This record gives sequence, C-alpha cells and structure tokens, in this order.
Amino acid sequence: MLRKKEKALIQEIWDKMTPVAEEIGSDALLRMFACYPGTKTYFSHADISAGSPHLRSHGKKIVLAIVEAAKDISHLTVTLAPLQTFHAYQLRIDPTNFKLFSHCMLVALACHMGDDFTPTAHAAMDKFLSAFAAVLAEKYR
Amino acid sequence: MVEWSDQERSIINGIFANLDYEDVGAKALCRCLIVYPWTQRYFGSFGNLYNAEAIKTNPNIAAHGVKILHGLDRAVKNMDNIKATYAELSVLHSEKLHVDPDNFKLLSDCLTIVIASRLGSNFTPETQATWQKFLAVVVSALGKQYH
Repeated sequence: MLRKKEKALIQEIWDKMTPVAEEIGSDALLRMFACYPGTKTYFSHADISAGSPHLRSHGKKIVLAIVEAAKDISHLTVTLAPLQTFHAYQLRIDPTNFKLFSHCMLVALACHMGDDFTPTAHAAMDKFLSAFAAVLAEKYR
Repeated sequence: MVEWSDQERSIINGIFANLDYEDVGAKALCRCLIVYPWTQRYFGSFGNLYNAEAIKTNPNIAAHGVKILHGLDRAVKNMDNIKATYAELSVLHSEKLHVDPDNFKLLSDCLTIVIASRLGSNFTPETQATWQKFLAVVVSALGKQYH
C-alpha cells in the first residue's frame, strides 16, 4: 500500500531518472543477465552485450514505461493495460523474472544515487516495483 | 561443494578488505528494518524502532549490524567450506533465536544495496553476480540446520 509521501518520492526519483533512462535501463538489464543467466533466454534473438544498440534501446524503453506509470500510481491498471496484454499474449515472460529485474533495478538506482537512495526511498521503490510487476502479470491467466 | 574461480575469490576478498564495517553493518541492518518492517519482530528488546529516524539513530541496532557483518568474515576466510563454518550459527538461529530463514535473504538484499551505493559504478554487473553468489551460499548455510 503506497502512501501519498511515498508516491511523491517515487515520482521525484523517476523524474530525475528520465534523462538517463538509457543508462539506468541498460545497467539494470546487464545486472540481471549477469546475476540470473536464465533471463537471457528471452533475448536469444538479440545482441545484449554491454553497449549494444539493442540493449540500450530496450533498457530505455523499459525505464520510460516505468516513468510513465510513476506519473499516476493510483491508476497503474489503466496506464499498463496495453503492456499487460503484450506481456500476457506475446512476450509470455515468466512473472518470477519481474522480481529479478526489479531487484537489479534497485541495485542500479543504488549505484547511481549513492546515499540519496535512502532506506525510505528504497522501501517506497520496492513497493512500487512490486505493484508494477503484479499489475503487469494480471492478464496472464 | 561450491566452486570459486580465482577471480571470484579476488572480488570477495577485495570487497571485504575495503569495507567500513561500522558504516556498512549499521546501515544494512537499519535498511532491513525500514524496508521490511516485519523483521523488527526479532528486535523487541533493542529500544525505539518507532520510525525510520529512530531506527537510524538506535545505537543497539547499529552495534548489532556491525556484529552481523563481522560474522561474514569467517565465510570469507573459509570460502571452500562455508556450510561447515556456519553449522553452529545455523543451529543458534533456529533453536535459540527462532529466526525465519527467509529473513536471511532480506538482510542480504539490503546489504547488497548498501554495498552498491558505496561502490557506485565499481559495483559492476560481474561484481554483483559474484557478491550475490557469495551471499546465497552464506544464506543457504545458515538455513541448513533448521528442522
């Protein structure tokens, strides 16, 4: 359950991350591929090595979707409706992977923000990413 | 038995050699109690945990965080037999402290985040993978003697 202060904090962080969406997104993906090699199976068609154009554009795409959702956290189901359908029927990524990506996104934020990624910000962000992942998986079955 | 490459040993030893235990230990435990508030159940006798500020300034929590972090030193010195190294500690956590072993992962995730914020871009994806492998072995060893 996200409180008003937490929503504001989350929006503030993602506003700051928008100009570095490509950097943060590709960093989180690289971390996920390094720590959880099974996640690479979803990218057998692509070059996901560090710095590759696909990795950078894909990381950017994911972060910008999160930025968009963060603008109206009370209506995640509305904002994410098209992505829900896409993940359920086209991508069919096992939802346990959302947790792995979320963890790597938290690490990427910590590396980027240092001490500014306070325990309070961490707690709020963890809750938001969990809610995001739960909504994303809603149409799976 | 867990296999460690020379590079992995070097990464783990490198992180611990440069670790500010007082700072990182305290911060990791505080973060765990703030991000996962239900973990406070084990710290009823530690004083004021009423809010984030209280937790961050609680000297008992800080001291305990440092103690926990130093507890990892034995694993670093015995990387080839972490399971045996922690057998007794595992019994302690199960029989005396009654800690749900799921909590070990929560604390280890918070420790990872604190280390990441300290090391910044030096905490590369490869470093993170090795660090997480190390912590996963520790967490598994601590849960081994539960029955």
